[in-house]
Order: sequence, then C-alpha cells, then structure tokens
Amino acid sequence: MADFDQELDASGLNCPLPILRAKKTLSGMDAGQILHIIATDPGSVKDFDAFSKQTGNELLESKEEGGKFHFLIKKA
Amino acid sequence: MDEKKLAIIATKGSLDWAYPPFILASTAAALGYETQIFFTFYGLQLLKKKLALEVTPLGNPGMPMPMGMDKWFPVLGMTLPGMQGMITSMMKKKMSAKGVASIDELRDLCVEAEVKLIACQMTVDLFDMDQAEFIDGIEYAGAAAFFEFAGESDICLYI
Repeated sequence: MADFDQELDASGLNCPLPILRAKKTLSGMDAGQILHIIATDPGSVKDFDAFSKQTGNELLESKEEGGKFHFLIKKA
Repeated sequence: MDEKKLAIIATKGSLDWAYPPFILASTAAALGYETQIFFTFYGLQLLKKKLALEVTPLGNPGMPMPMGMDKWFPVLGMTLPGMQGMITSMMKKKMSAKGVASIDELRDLCVEAEVKLIACQMTVDLFDMDQAEFIDGIEYAGAAAFFEFAGESDICLYI
C-alpha cells in the first residue's frame, strides 16, 4: 500500500456510513492529500468506485486484504 | 458542472421505512447533490425530536423473521400486546450488530450535510401536531413549495 496522509477505519460499519465518514474526513483534508480507508462492508467496493466517479476524488487503489477492503482516495 | 438535485417525498412513519429517505439523502449530499426531503402524513414522525419508530410484520409477509418466529407466531400471534415492541427491539439489535446506523444518526448526518428538511404544513395542522415536538431547523411548507425545488431536480423519489 502506497503512502497516505490520513487513515479512516470504517470496519464494522454498513452502508452508507463508510461513504459518509470518508466524505467527512476528506472535507478536512487538503487537495492532493491521500486518504486510506479500511472497510468490511462488501458493498463498499462498488460504492467507493461510484463515489470517486461522482465527486472527482480519484480512487488510486481498491483491494481486498486479510478479509478487509482497502481504498486509497486522493482528494480533488 | 451545475450541482445535481435530489427531491424526496417521505410518507411513511415506521422504523423500516425511515431508512430509505435518510440513507439516500445523506449519501446524495456526500456525492454533492443539493437535497430536500418533504415529509408528509406519517412521514412527519421522522422529524420528531424523540423518535419512537416501530416496525411490524403485520401486513408484511416479506419481512424476514428470526428463529422461524413466523412459524411459531402466525399472523394472529403478531397482534398480541407487546409483540410490536418486541419485534422492534429485535430489529434494532440486529441493525446495531450489523453496523447499520440508527435513524437518529442518519438524520443528524443529513442535517450536518445541509439536507433541507421540510414538514408538510397541512399534515401538521390536520393531526394537530405541535411544532415544539419537531427538531429545530426544519421548514414548513406546502405542495407548491415542493414543486419549486422538485421541478428543477434531477431525481425525484416518492417513498
């Protein structure tokens, strides 16, 4: 996993909380900074992809590791 | 790009039906939509400061019941006093165990994300509801006011 500026552990949270928490965390970050999100909700894979497409915040990485989902999002 | 708009009419006042408007509105707000929810009839229950939302399997054969309860407590059993409270409490426990947000939490997130919450003035009058029962920061309006926003919306849902 590449470097990141902030981390958000959304493990155990279900739709739509991982997206809402990520949005809130991103709004406190600077453009270009990278947020690492950890989630356990399988729906979050498609949701973060859709979130990225609709908000312009780039999804740099999306993968499953150790039963958890990891996302790297770069703030637009 | 112009901001997209989502308009929702929330008409139902049970715990299960409280989820769709607040989940969709909070998510839309996170995606950058300008969002309004117009609460009418039983939907006004979702604006009460103290939420007392319940869920019932009555008239809802699609509701999954834990531990085969539908087999042991067929429809008439569900009409027993206290049954609705028990089912509601089981549903809340299940939601909490699965990491599903409470309605209070989702509503707070909507307010925080500046989702505009509008109470139907006609229903408030019809049921003699007291504005003091509702959360702060909501607006009171009618059908024409809803159309002013809904007419410009990209998505309009009736829930």
